[in-house]
Amino acid sequence: MNEFDAEDRLRFEQLVLPHVDAAFNLARWLLRSRADAEDVAQEALLRSYRFFRGFHGGDARAWLLQIVRNTCYTWLEKNRPMELSMEFDEELHLQTCATPETLAIAGDDRKRLTLALETLPPRFREILVLRELEGCSYKEIAAITAIPIGTVMSSLSRARRQLHSALTNSSQGARP
Amino acid sequence: MRCDFADSLLQGYFDGELSGRKSAELERHLRHCDHCATELVDLDLLRDRLQLAQLYEPATPSLRWKVNARLHTVAPTTAASQPRLWHWLAAAAALLSVAILLWRVGRGPRGDNYQAELAGEIVDAHVHSLQPGQMNGIASNDERVVEGWLEGRARFAILVRNFANDGFELKGGRVDVIEGHAVAVLVYERNGRPINIFIWPTRERDSPPRTGSRQSFRWLDWRKGKKEFCAVSDVDPVDLERLHQLIESSA
Repeated sequence: MNEFDAEDRLRFEQLVLPHVDAAFNLARWLLRSRADAEDVAQEALLRSYRFFRGFHGGDARAWLLQIVRNTCYTWLEKNRPMELSMEFDEELHLQTCATPETLAIAGDDRKRLTLALETLPPRFREILVLRELEGCSYKEIAAITAIPIGTVMSSLSRARRQLHSALTNSSQGARP
Repeated sequence: MRCDFADSLLQGYFDGELSGRKSAELERHLRHCDHCATELVDLDLLRDRLQLAQLYEPATPSLRWKVNARLHTVAPTTAASQPRLWHWLAAAAALLSVAILLWRVGRGPRGDNYQAELAGEIVDAHVHSLQPGQMNGIASNDERVVEGWLEGRARFAILVRNFANDGFELKGGRVDVIEGHAVAVLVYERNGRPINIFIWPTRERDSPPRTGSRQSFRWLDWRKGKKEFCAVSDVDPVDLERLHQLIESSA
């Protein structure tokens, strides 16, 4: 039986492990914390290994990211349920979180973008991360986030608009 | 001011995801719509800015190290003890399960033993779902979101309703496997306790609810409109019956 296990492990190492960066990056942005991302990404990777026989070829990155995403949401639900309910009140969310004050103190553009991105509701944040940082196609995003492609397009539109306005607020706030 | 005609099409165009015909259509539109032309420039600027900021965060070395170390101790799958022949037998097994299903259907009303066995598996699945990290589905209280998510996976239509006003809040849905068949699961919450409703297609006639318990959980099973429902929870049995009525009356 050991040789079967060894074969599985080898396949897993070849197909899935190259996407550890993608797994960590998605978890980091969904959880807004590197330390939490490390724990949750690890859990997701081990889960994916356990379920690996359920993977019948295809896009290994999308398959893994789907598991990472689910693991992150489960974690958020358990540890920070407020964050998940925030998204139902976007206007309020933007007002309370992306205040010019919080964003203006961010010195360089990387910090400013990070903060702005982190104020978006998780579902908009993840779609931007998948598209802009991970370079996923709409089809891959649809598979990972379990939403129809048409919704991917409209969500991206809203996400980009929100990010844009969060950034605009911050630059206005930065002015004396 | 926004241009509603092109709003999300513009995203598709910008991301190179539109068909040739749609792209041409949008390009024609861009010649006349200043708003969209400006928006396209903004999208470009935003992307440049995101790229320049190098926001991508690669895995930490310790994550790689930990995962590699654990791979040698974790069993690959729950089916690890089964030989790889399993893959070859998958097709045969699928046929067999269809045969079993037909045989069951052909057998008419099921005996109590069968009910008990099935309920046992469902209660086990319910308990399994309560463990951390087992929610492999969609967490949402939006009826349409959950319905849409299940629709693509369960291969049969399910009406999803949130009964939050009646104290049964929709928490999400997932797909589980019972007796080798994919079943849809709706997750509700009552006073902070989860209720799983397992749903699968059946050929049998509608039947009134039957109930039983296993471990410390109670199940309530009924058939309606060629679908079988089995609700499981540790809530008050009266609540399970109440949820059953809500589902019946919403159909």
